[in-house]
Amino acid sequence: MSVLDIDALLEDPQTRIIVCCGAGGVGKTTTAAALGLRAAESGRRVVVLTIDPARRLAQSLGLTTLDNTPRPVADINHTDGGSLDAMMLDMKRTFDEVVEAHATAEKAEQILANPFYQAVSSSFAGTQEYMAMEKLGQLRVEADLDPENPRWDLIVVDTPPSRSALDFLDAPKRLGSFLDGRFIRILAAPAKAGGRAYAKVFSAGVNVVTKTLTKVLGGQMLGDVQTFVAALDTMFGGFRKRADHTYALLSDRTTTFIVVAAPERDALREAAFFVDRLDEEEMPLAGLVVNRMYRVSAPGLSAARALGAAEELGDEDSTSSTGGWERTAITQGLLRMHAVQAEIAARHESLARRFVAGHPDIPVVEVPAASGDIHDLVGLRAVGDALAGK
Amino acid sequence: MGSQLPSLRRRPLSLLGMAPEAGSVRDTDWDGVRLHIVTGKGGTGKTTVAAALALALAAEGRRVLLAEVEGRQGISQTFDVTPLAATEARIAHAAHGGEVFGLSVDAKAALLEYLQMYYKLGRAGGMLERFGAIDFATTIAPGVRDVLLTGKVYEAVRRRRDHRAKGPGAAPAYDAVVVDAPPTGRVVRFLNVNHEVADLARVGPIRSQADSITALLRSPQTAIHLVTLLEEMPVQETVDTIAELRAVGMPIGGIVVNQVREEILSLDVLEAASRDAISRQDVAADLTRVHVRATDAVVNGLLTEARDHAERVTLERDEADVIERLGRPTYRLPSFSEGVDANGIREMAEMLMAQGMA
Repeated sequence: MSVLDIDALLEDPQTRIIVCCGAGGVGKTTTAAALGLRAAESGRRVVVLTIDPARRLAQSLGLTTLDNTPRPVADINHTDGGSLDAMMLDMKRTFDEVVEAHATAEKAEQILANPFYQAVSSSFAGTQEYMAMEKLGQLRVEADLDPENPRWDLIVVDTPPSRSALDFLDAPKRLGSFLDGRFIRILAAPAKAGGRAYAKVFSAGVNVVTKTLTKVLGGQMLGDVQTFVAALDTMFGGFRKRADHTYALLSDRTTTFIVVAAPERDALREAAFFVDRLDEEEMPLAGLVVNRMYRVSAPGLSAARALGAAEELGDEDSTSSTGGWERTAITQGLLRMHAVQAEIAARHESLARRFVAGHPDIPVVEVPAASGDIHDLVGLRAVGDALAGK
Repeated sequence: MGSQLPSLRRRPLSLLGMAPEAGSVRDTDWDGVRLHIVTGKGGTGKTTVAAALALALAAEGRRVLLAEVEGRQGISQTFDVTPLAATEARIAHAAHGGEVFGLSVDAKAALLEYLQMYYKLGRAGGMLERFGAIDFATTIAPGVRDVLLTGKVYEAVRRRRDHRAKGPGAAPAYDAVVVDAPPTGRVVRFLNVNHEVADLARVGPIRSQADSITALLRSPQTAIHLVTLLEEMPVQETVDTIAELRAVGMPIGGIVVNQVREEILSLDVLEAASRDAISRQDVAADLTRVHVRATDAVVNGLLTEARDHAERVTLERDEADVIERLGRPTYRLPSFSEGVDANGIREMAEMLMAQGMA
């Protein structure tokens, strides 16, 4: 098994973007925050983009409001000249900003007031992936505004809690295929001046489609959708260019993906899918982090041996004349507890080994489970040490 | 299963504000509920719990549909059957002649079916497909996908066994529908999507469809169950999700505390371990007598493990208290050290039945 060398990755000035991805509940956000902190304390100028952090983890980074603005994290060690900013994605505000940046003031106002736009930008699933991508692109541009003195030289991104880890990767492409599609032009057509004539360019199918849409959606909703699409139409070019640009950024050699998994069947299966997919797309993969590996403190004692010893002590107690009191109860308890923990540890190891056997070329690092939850910089530093194999 | 902490006793049924339906075979906490929605933070095992609940509900000859809405094929992997399709197929037999059917709800299939059922589209359906309208609706247009997925679930709940039969007396196609829903972070948005749509479509067929779905999801026929572990983040998400569900007026179901570890050490041993008050000499002497080499590494290792374990148990107790304060019916399922397979699901189903969830 090759070992994922986190410190080499973080110290390499060529590493400009690290994307943490994986199934929900595996500790992606914690990993992203720990990587950012470790990089910052080794001298990098880092910004961590989190999507939906747990409250106490967010607080540990000084993130109390969801305001879309990177803010410095207090109490980090600056002696190596690094810095750490953190931010939480505000999906609606990001969308609004895109509209404002790409449309005239009058048009922007019209779009922002459209009921369909308001629903799309604030409450619907799927928008989060687009906006996470958009934000990443923006941060990268902002980082490089002054190439001599970049505000950040490393962006660490936590991916949205998607249906699947792949959604994040697919968002720009989906947007692109939509913008290239005929359907968008049908939607936009009737609202345009001379829409009828425009529609004639297509087959008579357009009328069937429009009629069906009216039947299904109802005239009023179709009207809102069309106004929305027509209003966005002028800025689609910019939107599309940026989506393409961000996708290119992801496959760039200055970007690297870290897949995070927990030592569970489902999480490792999702990790395997993601690793294969990144490979297919020729995306740069640094390796796999297997989080929360259970470890025992007395590894020399096997589960079977511990159980056997506990039973022997039990026999000894039952045949001795100490009046029913289990003299060795404490030692028996320790041995039985150790046996259970050693079995969990063995299962975690076997799951991790199975992944390695299927993906022998992927560097892996295992992070031991902490006995409590992580919600302060001390805890994040400890995770950082574990990630670096220290 | 290990000894139950007193703080997690089941709530009495009367607190649920629900009268058990007359004529039901067994008294359960959720009599009268036909749509069970199971959510939980990622990694809490919501798919296995949904599967176990479906098996439990199917006991005594009932028909239950178990549906997943995220195309992950978690259900087929759990039951170790071939991947589920967008059509319903039987995946398991429950005790005493019950049946569980599986369905991986597919947005595109649901849309085409919906259009065919309500609009008899014929040629226009194919046209919509050719012009990318179907792809647009099911993959790109945000929200539409969720409307279709919840719409299909609605259809399955409302379907009659005999499709010509009408009226409240007609037997439903399924006695219950269990949904392996999106995780806690997204579930409220997923379930509330029809309400959002209703704001957009002020009149018309979409509006009336959305209103019907919203009405079902907010009725006493629906229960949204939450799966958690005794860890801080899943419990916090459970608390947050319950507050969100309450805010939008959706019916909150029970809480399933999953992967509860068996309690091996007694309270006084845990307490001694956390104070470092266990005698090294005694432990070493015991080990030596049964021929375990009592090196410092082994003895200190065991004591460190005990101390870490005591710390975890304290955290778990705190989280159990948080859950108790939520005042919901609570069910506990043990940790399966080898992971959960099809037999494990059956064991879990029996435990849920014994605790009154089904």
